[in-house]
Parts: sequence; C-alpha cells; structure tokens
Amino acid sequence: MNEFKTINILFCGTGGQGVLKAAEICARAAMLEGFHVKKSEVHGMSQRGGSVESHLRFGRRVFSPLIPYGKADYLISFHEEEHRRLKKMLKPGGSDLTGYLEKACRAAKDKRYLNIFLLGVLSSCLSLKEKSWLKAIDNVFPAKISYENRRVFAQGRKEKL
Amino acid sequence: MLIMRTSLDAKSDFLSGNEALAQGAYEEGLEVAASYPGTPATEILEYLSGFAQIDSQWSVNEKIAFEVALSSAIAGKRSLYASKHVGLNVAMDPLMTSSYTGINAGFIVVTCDDPGLHSSQNEQDNRLIARMAKIPLLEPASPSEAKAFVKEAFEISECFDTPVILRLTTRISHTKENIILGRRKESGRKDFKINAAKYVMVPANAYKRHIELEKRLTRLKAYAQSCPLNRIELKNKKIGFITSGVSYLYVKEMYPDASCLKLGFTFPFPDGKARRFAKSVKELVVVEELEPFLEEQLAIAGIKCRSKHPSFRIGELKPEYIPYIVKGKKKPEEERNARRPVLCPGCPHRLVFATLKKLKVVVTGDIGCYTLGAAPPLSSLHTCLCMGSGITFFEGFRRTIKEKVVGVIGDSTFVHSGIPGLINLSYNQTKGLVIILDNATTAMTGAQPHPATGVTIKQEVTKKLILEDVCVACGADHVDVVDPYNIKGLEELIKKRLGEDALSVVIARHPCKLLKREKSAPTLYLEEKCKKCYLCMAIDCPALRKNDDGSISIDAELCAACRLCVSVCNPKALQRK
Repeated sequence: MNEFKTINILFCGTGGQGVLKAAEICARAAMLEGFHVKKSEVHGMSQRGGSVESHLRFGRRVFSPLIPYGKADYLISFHEEEHRRLKKMLKPGGSDLTGYLEKACRAAKDKRYLNIFLLGVLSSCLSLKEKSWLKAIDNVFPAKISYENRRVFAQGRKEKL
Repeated sequence: MLIMRTSLDAKSDFLSGNEALAQGAYEEGLEVAASYPGTPATEILEYLSGFAQIDSQWSVNEKIAFEVALSSAIAGKRSLYASKHVGLNVAMDPLMTSSYTGINAGFIVVTCDDPGLHSSQNEQDNRLIARMAKIPLLEPASPSEAKAFVKEAFEISECFDTPVILRLTTRISHTKENIILGRRKESGRKDFKINAAKYVMVPANAYKRHIELEKRLTRLKAYAQSCPLNRIELKNKKIGFITSGVSYLYVKEMYPDASCLKLGFTFPFPDGKARRFAKSVKELVVVEELEPFLEEQLAIAGIKCRSKHPSFRIGELKPEYIPYIVKGKKKPEEERNARRPVLCPGCPHRLVFATLKKLKVVVTGDIGCYTLGAAPPLSSLHTCLCMGSGITFFEGFRRTIKEKVVGVIGDSTFVHSGIPGLINLSYNQTKGLVIILDNATTAMTGAQPHPATGVTIKQEVTKKLILEDVCVACGADHVDVVDPYNIKGLEELIKKRLGEDALSVVIARHPCKLLKREKSAPTLYLEEKCKKCYLCMAIDCPALRKNDDGSISIDAELCAACRLCVSVCNPKALQRK
C-alpha cells in the first residue's frame, strides 16, 4: 500500500439527489480496506435545492480535505448545471462518469437508486473489493432495500468504461 | 434529530470533525453540554445527546447555554459549550468574565467559524475573541485532531483554572475521517467550595481576579513554548511555514517537503518557538485563513515574515491558493456561482411571503430558512442582520418610514431573542404588525426542537412554551393564529391588522415540510386555460417549471399541494386535482 497514490473523487449535484450518500458509501468501502479517508462537504443548504459537493480522498495518508483544483481523478455529477460548473476540477485524463447518468436512469426503476448505479460504475474503475462496497452499502442503508441496492449496483458494475 | 450511528467496527468509525470532537469529550468524562443550533456547529450537541452519561441540552440561546455549561463547571462537572462563530457573540457577556472567575472542573468553549460564509451572515474570525477574552485558544487541523485536542483542552483548563476555546472551521466540522474510538474515563467531580472572592465578580473582587488572570496568561505563554500541540517539522529549509488549523493541511498538500511550525495552541502565542523556527529557515511564510492573527503575533514578537495579500482575509482558503500566498500575490478571482437554495416546495413561509409581496410592504427579516424569502423573484424580505433583528428592526423602521412595515421572525428565533424585542415594542408604544413564522422546529439547521415544540434534545416530552400566551404577556394588543395554507384567511387577517392602530402579532402556524411529508394529489395544469402570464413562476416554487414552448409543467414528485400556485392563477389553469 506504500506506493498507493491518493485517489480523488468529486461527487456533485443538488440537494436530495443522494450525492452525499454516494460519497459516504465510497468512503466507507475505502475505509474497510484500511485506507486513510477524508470526505469534505458543506451541507446546511442541501435540503433546499442548493448545490451539493462532496470531496472524497483516500490513500495512505491524506492531508487536505479538499481536492486541489484540477486534481480530481473522477467526477460524478448528478446534475447537468453542476457538471458544467465543476468540470474544471477534473485532472487531464481524469474520468468523467457523468455520462452514465442516462444509463442509470434507465437501469434504476426508482430515482433513489441512481446513486447506487453510479457507484457500481465507479467500483469497476477502482481497486476496492466488491465485498467492501456491498458491506458499505449495507452499512448506510436499511436492510429492507438491500436486495434492490445489490441488483442496481451489480448493473452499474457491469458497465465498462 | 438524532444522528444514526453506524459503526464500521467497535474500535473505529468514520466521523465528522464535530462528531469526533464530541466523541473525544465523551471519552474524557464530559458531563454537561449546552448549545443552540447553528451551522456548522449543530452536530456536536446532536452527537453528545446520544450518550446517557451526558446531561445535554438545546438552550434557549447561546448566552444561556454558556452560563449553564460554565456554572456546571464551577459547580464541579466537566462541561462544554458549543456554537457557531456568531453564536459566541450572543454569549460574549459571560465569556468575557469567565476568564476572571476561572473554572473548577474543566470547561471547553467550542466555536465553529465559517470562512466562506457557507451558512452565515458574516465570516468573523473568533481567534480574535480568544485574545480579547484572554482565554487560551486551541486550533485543531482535522477531525482526528479535534478529538485529540479535547483531551489537551480539559487538561489545560483544569491545570490553569481557565476556560479553553477550541476553534474549528467548516472544513474541519464537516470533514469526515477515520477515527479510533476509545472508552470513557470518568473524570470525577470536583467539590464546589464557596469562594466569593473568586465567583462574585464585583469591582473589588474582579480587580484582584484580573491580576490573577494576567499571571495565568504569563504561565500559559510559557506553556505554549513547550506544548506538544506546537510542533516544529524541519525538512527543506528554503521555505518555512507558520500555520494553524486546516491551513496546515493545505500547506502539506502543496509543499510536502517544506518545513513547518504547526501551531495547535495559538494564544497565548509561543514567541520563543516561533523565533527558533524562524532562525532555522531561509524564508518565513505565514498561512492562515481570514484575519492576520498569527501574523500580528509575529509582528509583536518582532519576527519578520512574508504576509499574505489582504485579499486572503476574505473567503475560504483552498489548497491551490497556497502558492499565491508564498509569492505574495493577490487571491485569484473566485466564482461564486453555486446554485442558490430556495424554500422547499410547500414551505409555509412561501405563502406568507407571497401575501406580503402582494400587499407591497417593507419586511424586516431575521435568521432562518425564511431569510431565503429575500431572493428574487419572491424578494419579500428586505433586512436581515442577526438573531432577533426581525422585531427590533421593525421598530426602527416603523418609527422612521411612512410605508407599511411588517416584521417577521421564526418560532425558534423568536424564543432565542425575539421576546425582549416584542416587550420593547409594547413598552415603547410602537404599533404595527409582527408575524411569527411558526413551522414548529429550528428548520434551517436540520429540525432541532426548541421550547415551543415541547420536546428536548433527548426527545423527551417537556413543558411546551405557548407562543400566543407569551405574546399576550409581552403586551401585544391582538394575537391571532392562522394556518398560512388558508391563503385567503391569511391575507384578510394581515390586511385587517395592518389597518389598525394597535400592536399585533400574527402567528402563521404550519409544520415544516421536512418534518412531515403529507401525501396529497399534486396540482393539475390545464394548458388550454393558461394565459402565459407566469404569475405562478413569481412564487419561486421548485416544483414548477417553465418549458421551452412557454407552457408550465409540475414536478409531481416535488409538488406538496400547498395550492399557492392555484391561488395566484387567475385563468384557473392550475387546479386542485
């Protein structure tokens, strides 16, 4: 793990879209594998339709809670306008997973599972084990939606970049 | 609202700075905690309220919270006060003299500052308050440090008999990190001994306590030099950074090989250590958010350093700004183009604001969700300064301008600091109309209970403050309660009260939409009747959208069926289902 470079993932959207939950699950999956994780966000206005951004960073040791400008490895946006605003945060050659949003809309019966589909896509890009992702999902959501979560996650995970 | 705690395992968890600080305080044997909700500090008390061993409370306001916590410490229990930066202003009165009395059992004052004004009316730097109040100041850089610093803070507090200020900022409060959990150590009560010379602050006693205070500051300054929270990290000696709080992490991110004087204990300032560090590096750069606090301390100590461009006194620091500070350059232009928040669909406040807009009155506002009524197209709130100012500004305006004025204030804010303002109106014979926007919760900070909800922080049922009785007792001539969902009734009542020569309070009462989601059939849109006047768009409802072809569509999932749009639609294109 000594060689592991810090991974920077920027999640964004507006209040109520599941942006913060998505970042929380990814953070917990990374934590389960022993990484130092920092997740920084500003809430307070999130429930009122304002912008929501979550900076997630994990590695051997993470310093800044914020991803420096132009250093995001992955960008996942749940909202077009927010995507336009934050595209510049992506590093050259970084992966913009926002394009999967449409596919996610088709795959998830319910809007509430969009974030899980996108996490499925993200999981296929990262070296974290599937087991950790599933455990993290179960950690954050109630057991009664575990089945649907797993189904949507698996669909997202099958999408190849 | 209790935080759902889902531990990853028994020994570690993924906690925010606020939660980590609270966990640390729990482990250190904290017994009493008091606060009033305010972003970014709210989660500290929410987390603490989950522990049966801690007597925690939402107080009526910060002054009361401070006094409850401080007096508990003087009486013998480890105690904690927490609030956002501007909350500490409300508690300034007890704060300023608490350094004179000192404490008995440990007492920590947590201030969560908000550089960048993510959810605040100003971006004051409360490190300056520590200096003014002559209270030692600790500045953790991360959630894990927030937890570790609580232990230090209690030790310093008890060792030096002083309150200790722990300052977080939004980026620490709302960053989550791996946190190792420990067991609680009971701190043990301290006996309270009657000691008027120490605890009765009349001039003769306070003078002597001031002498004690100055001696204490000298001892604290000596301790700051050796305190492990102030650490020299010698690496490449070309540049040496002096920094504190989250700024340290931005420096490490951008200049991992540079030398650092990492300060955790910043007041009284460790001059000696700073001087030693300054001598060991070629160029000295200070990196700090907001005010030049460390910089001034260095200047007083006669230590030369590269100071930041004054533009960096405004707004939040970001890692990519550090090279600008190193070069002494101006801060790059920031785009502040994030989506603005709006009142929720079905928010009862919207109905009141739409009515006030229609009546073309000047509205003096206050702090809460309803401040969002100021933004266009509603534009129905015309002043907002601080907690309680909805009523007191009403008085100044009412006595000065000819136009009709209405003061608005939320239920929690009214209890916090609106009541004295209402008494002042009555006592000083001011007439007119004040509206209490009563949504039965402290909504903006995430729905915390308050005295008029009849529920405590631990969700226990308690005595409920009856707002209408309070208003009568304060001297209001008329007190009416109306449900703003009764749009016609609301308008008629406001008109009637505005026309009278009396002091009136209208309580517009309807529970916050975040508390209870009523399932009603969404509003219908009949395009053939639509005259495209867009009066409906002027109410700023997130459930309504104007399509490219000029028609309107209703997001059925968002629509809360408040029928405000129905009431403004003259051609009846918007209808009840």
